[in-house]
Amino acid sequence: MSSENVRFTDFKSDKQPTWCPGCGDFGTMNGMMKALAETGNSPDETFVVAGIGCSGKIGTYMRSYALHGVHGRALPVGTGAKLANPDLEVMVAGGDGDGYSIGVGHFIHAVRRNVDITYVVMDNRIYGLTKGQASPTSRPDFETSTTPEGPKQPPVNPLALAMSAGGSFIAQSFSSDAMRHTEIVQEAIEHDGFSLVNTFSPCVTFNDVDTYDYFRDSLVDLSEEDDYDRHDYDQAKDAILDADKEYMGVLYQDENSTPYHEAHGVTENMAEIPDGAPDGATDLVREFY
Amino acid sequence: MHDDLNWAIGGEAGDGIASTGKIFAQALSRAGRHVFTSKDFASRIRGGYTAYKVRTSVDEVQSVVDRLDVLIALTERTVDENIDELHDESVIIYDGDRTEFSDFEAPDDTVGLDVPLKSLAEDAGGAIMRNIVALGAVCAVTEFPIENLDESLEKRFGDKGESIVENNKEAARLGFEYVEDEYDDVSTPYELETTDSDYVLLNGDEAIGMGAIAGGCRFYSGYPITPATDVMEYLTGRIEQFGGHVVQAEDELAAINMALGAARAGARAMTATSGPGIDLMSETFGLVATSETPLVITNVMRSGPSTGMPTKQEQGDLNMMLYGGHGEVPRFVLAPTSVAECFHKTVEAFNLAEKYQVPVYLTADLSLAVTERTYEPEEFDMDEVEIDRGKLVDEDDISAWQNEKDQFKPHAATADGISPRAVPGTEGGVHMSTGLEHDELGRRTEDTEVRVEQVDKRNRKVETAEEREDFDYREFGDGDADNLVISWGSNEGTIVEALGYLDDVDVRVLSVPYIFPRPDLTADVQSAENVVVVEANATGQFADVVEHDTLERVERINKYDGVDFKADELADEIKQTLEA
Ligand SMILES: Cc1ncc(C[n+]2csc(CCOP(=O)(O)OP(=O)(O)O)c2C)c(N)n1
Ligand code: SF4
Repeated sequence: MSSENVRFTDFKSDKQPTWCPGCGDFGTMNGMMKALAETGNSPDETFVVAGIGCSGKIGTYMRSYALHGVHGRALPVGTGAKLANPDLEVMVAGGDGDGYSIGVGHFIHAVRRNVDITYVVMDNRIYGLTKGQASPTSRPDFETSTTPEGPKQPPVNPLALAMSAGGSFIAQSFSSDAMRHTEIVQEAIEHDGFSLVNTFSPCVTFNDVDTYDYFRDSLVDLSEEDDYDRHDYDQAKDAILDADKEYMGVLYQDENSTPYHEAHGVTENMAEIPDGAPDGATDLVREFY
Repeated sequence: MHDDLNWAIGGEAGDGIASTGKIFAQALSRAGRHVFTSKDFASRIRGGYTAYKVRTSVDEVQSVVDRLDVLIALTERTVDENIDELHDESVIIYDGDRTEFSDFEAPDDTVGLDVPLKSLAEDAGGAIMRNIVALGAVCAVTEFPIENLDESLEKRFGDKGESIVENNKEAARLGFEYVEDEYDDVSTPYELETTDSDYVLLNGDEAIGMGAIAGGCRFYSGYPITPATDVMEYLTGRIEQFGGHVVQAEDELAAINMALGAARAGARAMTATSGPGIDLMSETFGLVATSETPLVITNVMRSGPSTGMPTKQEQGDLNMMLYGGHGEVPRFVLAPTSVAECFHKTVEAFNLAEKYQVPVYLTADLSLAVTERTYEPEEFDMDEVEIDRGKLVDEDDISAWQNEKDQFKPHAATADGISPRAVPGTEGGVHMSTGLEHDELGRRTEDTEVRVEQVDKRNRKVETAEEREDFDYREFGDGDADNLVISWGSNEGTIVEALGYLDDVDVRVLSVPYIFPRPDLTADVQSAENVVVVEANATGQFADVVEHDTLERVERINKYDGVDFKADELADEIKQTLEA
């Protein structure tokens, strides 16, 4: 399939999503598919890795080469795939529990490695698939089945984690603002290096606090702020650490960062290997003489 | 005159024991002598006893024996640690400025050579070279031509500049001359001949690394752990020359998942770890198997459980490799039995992984991984390496594997259990893989029939492999003997040497490198009068497997103190077990 005439529906599988009607994940996924088509990718050359959770089902509903992995480990899978074949468009998606709880270690390391992956986290501030427990982004007073009085601990700030780990592209979007979400993911794909897109995808079944209305009313769209410069580290830091406001848009971008595969000279498609031992292998034996 | 010499250098960790030992081992190997080395090290970096032992002979050697002929004792403890192995003709080289001969107990007729290692080293340019002075002294004691040592020093210090090389040669010469001059009246029974043979000297970890590159591995991700780290260190800096890459992952979960990602992208990929790391990889291991991703997982076993004894020998993880992980998934387990086999089995592991689309455990025990052995370089003939990528399909043959809606069937339930494999970038092969039970298209299902079909399909690969591959054993000793000794892993070499001590008992030895799928031993076991399984664990995990397969009771010889079997000891034990 040549990439010129790819349409976003080409990225749609024939499997109907089993997400609850109204789940934010629909919008997140649509934006991802549109962004992939807009950036000229084809399903043949795209590899989508998903974690476990309602959000993780995305790999099933999209049409591309994909792997639905184990809980929290999607980023390492994406890392291996990207390095084995740097020509692939690698996208990783998962929930806030998947990415910031069980997988938070991998998150930090993927950010600092700056592997050229687009990471979309479908942040609903709750565990959906396991039916409503607190997630690391839940509010301290958010009552759930496992935290009847709230988690009583501050939530993880994923943008701050990414920034402290040297993130080169840090963005936040909202699944129901289809146009902005698509644009942001598109920019993330185009960025050379690791891109975080924390996407608010409300869970209509278990979270009655972080709702569509809440995000619609509270999110400040940085693209409407004339004096915001995403390349200004200090400004980005202030926005990311701002306890009173939540932002949508690209909060920070370092366009000059070098993605991992370039920094390490990984350019070949490792899927192509010779029929026998490679040329020069005999020298390996000689070394032991 | 004795030609089969056992030599050791011992001291504190941090004394440069391993590199000194290696310099001498390489000198011997380049002089056309066979060498077998072993290391005794504590799991600490400074302090703690370490020794590097070298056994050398003009004939092939493949195990350690219980005898030390020449010992460089940098500390008193070195002698204490090896006291049982010293004998009346042993020679101990020590530095009288640091230790008195009377400080340690040695057998009465042991020769103690007080060589001022430190001050001679200082004369040559620095105290740090005292070990090299000692090597010079060893050359004098064993009549080994010092020029061979010079060559080794050039190789070892060449990068550091001409003057360093010259200083080291001088240090060796001073040690040599000191012994020649001061002890010209002391005669020792050792004489190391040189030959024209041309050997290479390497250990199991290195052979695995070399086999990986030869066998097409291009992606390696791992997390450091003793004794598997050497595989990673070997690949780093070498695999890049062949277009590959090594990632030091943040932990073992990341390591196996990265390797999985690379494998799905079409690379031949590997991770290597030891027991604790295998535990961490278990969850993803199941995903690898059920998504039918070809992957090689190297487990260099050390003693467990938990952190156990990180630097000590054991073959305790067999059950975990055979049965570990939740649910039931096919996996192959290969266990090379010698350093050379580490190379060959690694190449084979990659072929099996791709042909059958399964995770393959490649396991070496610590002894195999860290001991070095000499071989003819032809043993690693790169022209003989074959690569079989199995049912990897491209654009041209993909249509045969699509359904009526042009959807690719990555888990097609074929008669042989093996499905076509399309990697990203292959037009028409788009599909998703998942750890969830899935249908032929890779889509989640809980349909009872499809579930059974997919489980059977995955398990069918094992039967196919048994039909198509030669999962054989290696055989030694007397083929007609009524006594059968069965072994796996590094014990092979020791048992072969033990045969030399068993003149009055006829023994047939089977060394099994395939743990799963494995050769059928039923006929061998049933036709033997006595069967003994030798392994380095407490419970006899392979013996259990043999009993399970053959429905016959077998005897067991187990060692789990962390120390290698020794040929002479093992011969005694085999004899006792057979007589009991
Ligand atoms: C190792 C492991 N532990 C626990 C689980 C159970 N589990 C499945 S999804 C999930 C949390 C999902 O939350 P999140 O990532 O926020 O995704 P959401 O369902 O909200 O989209 C958990 C704990 C699992 N599958 N694997
Ligand atoms: S439970 Fe919540 S997150 Fe899961 S599908 Fe329903 S709405 Fe979406």
